[in-house]
Amino acid sequence: MAEAKNDIIVSLRDIFVEFEGEVILNHINLDIRDKEFLTILGPSGCGKTTTLRIIGGFLEPKEGTVNFEGKKINGLPPYKRNVNTVFQKYSLFPHLNVFENIAFGMRIKKLPKNEIKKRVKEMLSIVDLKGYEKRSVSKLSGGQQQRVAIARALVCDPKVLLLDEPLGALDLKLRKNMQWELKQIQQKTDTAFVYVTHDQEEALTMSDTVVVMNNGVIEQIGTPADVYNEPVNAFVADFIGEANIINGTMIDDCRVRILGEELECVDKGFGQNTPVDIVIRPEDIEVVKPEEAKLKGEVTEVVFKGVHYEMTVMCKGCEWIIHSTKCEPVGTTIGMKVIPFNIQIMNKMFLAEKNTFYADVISSDKENNTITVKVEDCEFEIENRYFEEGTRLEISLPPSALSIAGDGVGHIDDVYIESVIFKGEHNEIILESDEQKWLMQSYVDEQVATYVPLKFDFTKAEFKIAEGKNET
Amino acid sequence: MKKFSKIYTALIILFMYVPILTLILFSFNDGKTTVWKGFTLRWYADLFKDSQIISSLWNTLLIALLASLFATVLGTMAAIGINNFKGKKKILLQNAGNIEILTPDIVTGVALMLMFTLLGTALHFKMGFITVLLAHITFCTPYVVLNVLPRIRHMDYAVYEAALDLGCNQWQAFRKVVIHELMPGMFSGFLMSFTFSMDDFVITYFTRGSSFQTLSIQIYSMTHQRISPKINALSALMFVAVLILMIIINIKDKNQEKRKV
Amino acid sequence: MKLKRPSIPYIIWMVVFTMIPLLLILFSAFTDRNGTFSLEAFSKAFGYFDVFLRSLWIAFISTLICLILAYPIAYIMSRQKRNVQNALTMIIMIPMWMNFLLRIYAWLTLLQNGGPVDTMLSFLGIHTTLLGNQGAVILGMVYEYLPFMVLPLYSVMAKIDNGLIEAAEDLGSNKIKVMRKVVFPLSIPGIVSGITMVFVPSASTFLVAQYLGGVDDIMIGDVIDRIFWSDQNTGSAIALILMVAILIFLIILNFFGDEEAIAQ
Repeated sequence: MAEAKNDIIVSLRDIFVEFEGEVILNHINLDIRDKEFLTILGPSGCGKTTTLRIIGGFLEPKEGTVNFEGKKINGLPPYKRNVNTVFQKYSLFPHLNVFENIAFGMRIKKLPKNEIKKRVKEMLSIVDLKGYEKRSVSKLSGGQQQRVAIARALVCDPKVLLLDEPLGALDLKLRKNMQWELKQIQQKTDTAFVYVTHDQEEALTMSDTVVVMNNGVIEQIGTPADVYNEPVNAFVADFIGEANIINGTMIDDCRVRILGEELECVDKGFGQNTPVDIVIRPEDIEVVKPEEAKLKGEVTEVVFKGVHYEMTVMCKGCEWIIHSTKCEPVGTTIGMKVIPFNIQIMNKMFLAEKNTFYADVISSDKENNTITVKVEDCEFEIENRYFEEGTRLEISLPPSALSIAGDGVGHIDDVYIESVIFKGEHNEIILESDEQKWLMQSYVDEQVATYVPLKFDFTKAEFKIAEGKNET
Repeated sequence: MKKFSKIYTALIILFMYVPILTLILFSFNDGKTTVWKGFTLRWYADLFKDSQIISSLWNTLLIALLASLFATVLGTMAAIGINNFKGKKKILLQNAGNIEILTPDIVTGVALMLMFTLLGTALHFKMGFITVLLAHITFCTPYVVLNVLPRIRHMDYAVYEAALDLGCNQWQAFRKVVIHELMPGMFSGFLMSFTFSMDDFVITYFTRGSSFQTLSIQIYSMTHQRISPKINALSALMFVAVLILMIIINIKDKNQEKRKV
Repeated sequence: MKLKRPSIPYIIWMVVFTMIPLLLILFSAFTDRNGTFSLEAFSKAFGYFDVFLRSLWIAFISTLICLILAYPIAYIMSRQKRNVQNALTMIIMIPMWMNFLLRIYAWLTLLQNGGPVDTMLSFLGIHTTLLGNQGAVILGMVYEYLPFMVLPLYSVMAKIDNGLIEAAEDLGSNKIKVMRKVVFPLSIPGIVSGITMVFVPSASTFLVAQYLGGVDDIMIGDVIDRIFWSDQNTGSAIALILMVAILIFLIILNFFGDEEAIAQ
């Protein structure tokens, strides 16, 4: 990788974007180096396209600076930036042919005719479309349109080319071809590419640098190998590649407890007895005889995947995925051995054993033994409890007492699902309401980045009278 | 069933065309009544010698051209602006045009006449060419908005952004890219305006003042007297003009479709 | 492109040339010749109540006849091959683009005493006056506005997928049932806009009755025309009543259209 300090072309500093009260980008920082292939990877709605539009000049951040070669370019319109974009749906000019589409930028700059001709020709040969000059763009295939869009942008000789999910509309086979071709084009033209995608495989195969985004923040920046082998948290691990993500406890430096077994690892500095997330890649698990490993399990499913077998193993109620060239029949008990280097320890994204929140009793009914409370502007009844009106309660609920109301009627409305991660036996879901984050366990898959009504099971709740009566 | 369809279609077409074809037939009749007296072209000759009719024709064409050009510019700008409004304001603005379309012509006519008379006495001008033109622009513009608005709504906004990205400023991007995307809508809006303006009698009748003549007004005064077979000749010519216009538009549409495919 | 400013000239134009004139009508209807508040114009306007009712009646009958005539032809058109559809649309549209006075004049020529139709009927031994009655006015109206009914109906019906009709037949519906259960419900938006496009102009038209009808057949449009030149206040009052009546009609019609659409 380019390690020189002064080759940064674009740098985003403390960028904050908000739209109709919703935070789209939450104070992000990002550097783009000369000639690198940088991929911004994340699920839809994570803010990756917004980041691209800020660099392109189509959107002004509410806060923060955009620097281009050291100069602040906030407020500079797109046509004054030495940056070009390949749009998601190509957005070729339908009234112009291939030649005129590519020549468009140079015609605006009023370059001499023969130079335009020469450069369009060059560009056409780079994108492998020689002889297509006179074609109407509407008569081209998706892949060809794509290449015209790239040529149209690259012919302007930008310092940075921005590509917004350019392969999204192509079928799988064409995608694979174009991935390779894009990389070729990038190397031939020596231009920095900023590539936005939600496809992790695309990101890993093409990039020099991968930027993983989620919920308007950058989770991790690194080489493809970095983000795959050393994800910083469960989200990154889950989003990139297949992974076994399990809850564990860091006993001390280099010692971790997983499913009751103490294992050796290489990570340090997490403190003592700290709850952590652990990621082990399916191909890093060695299948051995049961007596040779601390973790043992029964094979419940085997699928042949061509290069390897994918085995599902149940170990102490937890589901593991193993990729192995050896096949163990369903029903066998096997040992699972992982070398310390392959056990990746990560801090928990949201550390909480219980969800604690405050509720104000706004009315109480002694006869029926019920109270009505108010939490974050939502009012609801709690049965079989009695507290005096005006009391401020501190309520604790375990993650298993939370659920998403299937019938749409919950205790707190419009709670945002921030992440859903499968932890071997259940999904661990992080939710965000107006005032706090919530941790929920669920056996159901929920859709990330949606708003749902949250429901509580108060039979598992602990009630305490909060210090200081009813502040509000 | 098939037979019924054919007979029914034929009857409807007959109903629509027999009156027009009768007029055309009588335009060649060498007599002033509906009794056939032999073939002649003299009504056509008379028509072209009638300087009043010729000048009315020019007035009509001029008004139609100016009104539809102006309406196209005004309406296209309006459509771009309206598209950027949101929610209730957008609906309100869209419906403002519909009020004009749904108001009966006669009400629009008398309402404008009322205003022009008042303004006329205040500012010392008489109704004529200008007031007719203003009135025609007023009833044409909503049709342009109606035609352009869906084009804008379905336009790929990124095409405009692509132009900015490639070095156009906003005005260049509009001129070099956006206008091409809106062109079909603008063209049909223009065409609608042109034909409505050409065809209008009621609104012109109320806003023309005392001396300004258009073809419709001319036809009105001629048909009121019910004598001159020149009207028949005029009808025949107008029918042919409409026919040619329709064929041209159809060919243009077909070409456009072909280019799309 | 995200600008709202380009619409400003249009907004101003519409205010000056649509809103203000209509407000002037309102003002003029409620004042007398000297500009003081008065309901005299309305009391005079009510003297034309019978004309008013007759106009609505003629418009209603004409709209109904247009609907009955147009519905089959629109359906037939919509089931043809693409190029036949286009050709038929053009054939329906061409007369519409002829000057409307000429179209009425054509009927005047056809129906006048000693005209082609009269002559033909005489051969058959029928002697009657064809012009100067309400029937002639309605005929003229239907001729005038039939394309306005056919085209919206056709454009809605053309969107009905042939597969849908075949599916209904496949599920055991006969032709009448297909019409009732599939084609009719789907064509309601077309019916609503067709009725709007025929009823509004025919209720407010003038000259048709003057040309084809008798002295007793004049319509409200003719009254406005006749009165406005001499008494703007009464003319305004009649125009206002006409507009309000049409507005109420449109609201009811749209309400029906919505109800039906929801029921589907």
